[in-house]
Amino acid sequence: MLAGVLAALLITADLRLNQLAATRALISAVTFPFYWVSDLPARFSNWGEENVQSRARLVDDNERLRAEALLLEAQVQQMAALRAENVRLRALLNSSALLQDDVLVAELVGVSPDPARHLVVLDKGSSEGVFNGQPLIDANGLMGQVIEVAANSARVLLITDATHALPVQVNRNGVRAIAEGIGRLDRLELRHVASTEDIAVGDLLVSSGLGGRFPEGYPVATVTEVEIDPGQAFARVTAKPSAALNRSRHVLLVFTGGAGSAD
Amino acid sequence: MVQQPAQGTWVIVLTFAAAFLLAAYPLPTGLRWARPEWVTLVLIYWTIALPQRVGIVVAFGVGLLLDVLEGSVLGQNALSLSVVTYLALVLYQRLRVFNVLQQASVIFVMVGINQLVSQWVQNLTGVGAVSLLFLLPAFLSALLWPAVLTVLRGLRRRYQVA
Repeated sequence: MLAGVLAALLITADLRLNQLAATRALISAVTFPFYWVSDLPARFSNWGEENVQSRARLVDDNERLRAEALLLEAQVQQMAALRAENVRLRALLNSSALLQDDVLVAELVGVSPDPARHLVVLDKGSSEGVFNGQPLIDANGLMGQVIEVAANSARVLLITDATHALPVQVNRNGVRAIAEGIGRLDRLELRHVASTEDIAVGDLLVSSGLGGRFPEGYPVATVTEVEIDPGQAFARVTAKPSAALNRSRHVLLVFTGGAGSAD
Repeated sequence: MVQQPAQGTWVIVLTFAAAFLLAAYPLPTGLRWARPEWVTLVLIYWTIALPQRVGIVVAFGVGLLLDVLEGSVLGQNALSLSVVTYLALVLYQRLRVFNVLQQASVIFVMVGINQLVSQWVQNLTGVGAVSLLFLLPAFLSALLWPAVLTVLRGLRRRYQVA
């Protein structure tokens, strides 16, 4: 009975007052090792795969990576010129310069066991400067934002979680929308898109930076379906996240100029 | 009756640690709903075996840890585990004389209640399950009960936990 009342109080306190972050961070010190240990088998098998490889395979890998590096370097050459041009044009237009973002490499050590939520646990925490609301990206796109920080671990809410939404824009023409998670790892939905809006299948959605939380210009998703029903007020637009949300192991925490406040 | 001194606390702590490890172990995406409620099973066992030591206070503490582990609302698992432990405390004398199959069916109901309470709290936060899949762990836990019972009873007798 008493336990029930206490639990009810706790639930209310956590849901309505958001005053328990410090307590949570403290208890995380006890629970984080469980994630770390449960990640060990995967870590070992990764290590094994990297160390017990045939020579032929390594030579193959080397060749492929060298080719890839060459390609990327060629692209970077162009990038430098383009960036300079961009800065000049921005100066001409009197708009603010784009800041370059700093990143911190983190490793994903756990996935929250609750199947209804899309939360992951990282091995970097406040001791490395991770803060609440910090954006997380992988090699392909935006993954989510930090919602809980302990000393040496952080919990990240993925963009596909049913409670997550972020402002995006179509890369092709700048049309803005809100991309909402619906609790499926391979799907995002755009809210309140007028039927006359110019959004087509295959369009790349990038973060618009309007929410103040995510930096501008990171790829978020690709539009996979646009369904216009004359009986509905809005078009139904679904998109597939660019980031490998259920595969990425090495991820990047982004430090931008201004950190948004956590809510 | 002379109260026996408590002994073997470390066995209880270790079994809970093992349950937490299994609770945090990553599952493939397709099997995400098919995780047995390890912590609940271990808690029920110790409540039935040692009701004078493991009760609602332990359940509440373990529940809080589980909340932080899962990143759910603080109090969600604390509430559901307290409810389940209360039931176990009421029923332990009956459960002890049941055979394994009868026990497993009661476990099914108890873990089911655990899931229902958790779901209910989760719905308050706006992220409830969309189907009845959330009851699957209750079924799996009941299936696993005989194994859990054998292992934990073996441990309890081997190390004389009282």
